[in-house]
Amino acid sequence: MKNKHSMHKLLLPGTALLALLMLTACERPPIDAQQTGYRGTAMADINNPRTEVKTAAANQVPDPLPLAPAAGPKARDIYQNVEVLGDLSVGQFARVMAAMTAWVSPEQGCNYCHLGENLASDDLYTKRVSRRMLQMTQDINSNWDQHVANTGVTCYTCHRGNNVPSEIWFTGDSPAASASMAGYTAGQNVPAPAAAYASLPADPFTGYLTQGDEPIRVQTGALSDQDNYITIQQTEKTYGLMMHMSDSLGANCTLCHNSASWGNWSTSNPQRVTAWHGIQMVKALNENYLSPLQPEYPDYRLGSLGDAPKANCATCHQGVQKPLYGVSMLPDYPSLAGD
Amino acid sequence: MSMLSFERKYRVRGGTLIGGDLFDFWVGPFYVGFFGVTTAFFSLLGIGMILWGASQGPTWNIWQISIAPPDLSYGLAFAPLLEGGLWQVITVCAIGAFVSWALREVEICRKLGMKLHVPIAFGVAIFAYVSLVVIRPLLMGAWGHGFPYGIMSHLDWVSNTGYQYLHFHYNPAHMLAVTFFFTTTLALSLHGAVILSVANPGKGEVVKGGEHENSFFRDSIGYSIGSLGIHRLGLFLALSAGFWSAVCIIISGPFWTRGWPEWWNWWLNLPVWPGAN
Repeated sequence: MKNKHSMHKLLLPGTALLALLMLTACERPPIDAQQTGYRGTAMADINNPRTEVKTAAANQVPDPLPLAPAAGPKARDIYQNVEVLGDLSVGQFARVMAAMTAWVSPEQGCNYCHLGENLASDDLYTKRVSRRMLQMTQDINSNWDQHVANTGVTCYTCHRGNNVPSEIWFTGDSPAASASMAGYTAGQNVPAPAAAYASLPADPFTGYLTQGDEPIRVQTGALSDQDNYITIQQTEKTYGLMMHMSDSLGANCTLCHNSASWGNWSTSNPQRVTAWHGIQMVKALNENYLSPLQPEYPDYRLGSLGDAPKANCATCHQGVQKPLYGVSMLPDYPSLAGD
Repeated sequence: MSMLSFERKYRVRGGTLIGGDLFDFWVGPFYVGFFGVTTAFFSLLGIGMILWGASQGPTWNIWQISIAPPDLSYGLAFAPLLEGGLWQVITVCAIGAFVSWALREVEICRKLGMKLHVPIAFGVAIFAYVSLVVIRPLLMGAWGHGFPYGIMSHLDWVSNTGYQYLHFHYNPAHMLAVTFFFTTTLALSLHGAVILSVANPGKGEVVKGGEHENSFFRDSIGYSIGSLGIHRLGLFLALSAGFWSAVCIIISGPFWTRGWPEWWNWWLNLPVWPGAN
């Protein structure tokens, strides 16, 4: 009897804590698991099928608009100030414009970008930005197939019916930057949504996805500390970026890596190659398209440091490994595919 | 090994759990018993299976030999021997051996008229193992979620399993388990040190006892848990470490599929913060 008594002492606080835990951690079996490595390596994507249903519903491709005749005069010959999509017929051009309206400004309509009385006018910043966005879309689809393959992207991939894509980032856009009493925090020590709510650097983008070439690969292979110039802050920033990538794709680290050696390409999954091209792509898009648009934007579109809104992995992926589950919208809108 | 003076008195038959007096004897210092035989049986069979598995390649490098569980696609079914079936058999052998050992401990306790603290404590270690290779795989729907039997490969499994949840240090039960592991070593080191300091005096010094131990801790931290209490505390800390280890892996997957840092959003979502709805 004495034995049972001492076990009760152990079990009571244990069960109480466990019950508390169960109340707050709100998932349950069964779960879905997709193996991503050799058996027994614990490389697997773990998902909750009940939340997956919601994610899937939120990432469906909208129905395409009815096709327009390719015959007829070209848009650039009929309308003024057409710098992109001018090769389309007037009908096709109007169809793409209608689609863009549905994708980007379903509430404001055409007047979100166009002055009602003068469609050709560039007075609204939204029109100037959207022209650049069309060029960016075509650039992605024609030059970045190592990342976007033949699926490609359209305005909808990022915008999803919003004027501004829901997933954007600004430099230094973190509470840690201002709320430090003890001084320098390396942008850490707050729950960082960009780092999947870890207390890793809250801006794991500046330096990787724009502004320079900070090293993402922090495993040097150096045998002695003397040859290793990578700091713990650099390493944690890399982890922050990796947390962002995992979270953006609704995946975990083992989708790309075998953590036995992060840097070793031969033990990594092929997805890591795609992801590497993705980093290069986003960096190029931020530096060539998004950041240079800074002078165009009104102040309320800019970050706290005055920088333009920029893209990261979540901008397109939005919690899904292949944006919109890999369904390509380009066959319905071939003019967005570029050259 | 010679027998201690009091031992012969306790080397009596009876007190077995099953099997009457089958194997109810000693070999040298070792009690055999029915469960000693089953321990040996499962151990030898399991180790033999590991050796046979290793002989099927690809390496005899002791660090790299690995008997891996089946692919997730087998679910909770049997897998062919060389595609994870061996792991399944070895798992059965391991559980058989561990449980047999615990039951053998129970029989020894019964012969000695002792209480069952030792087998119960070992039972918590068995529970931790069973959590990893049976309970969690069952909850997740595939034996393939168990860990591989290999020196390096099981470490790689631990690492990757942690990274399935992005940052395992945010797992609340892992936090508890780690804290209990460290506290166990703290308690053990304090206990070991204080015992040696009083019970192993220099030449010409007298052996000291509980009064000195108690006084030392009262002087230094204002409280002494006492000579019985320190062992209760030690057992509680050690078992808690194993118990919460088991909990931390059982909840990873079956009860939380996302990054562990995100789990703490319940804290951020409490309706007490400025700006909360």
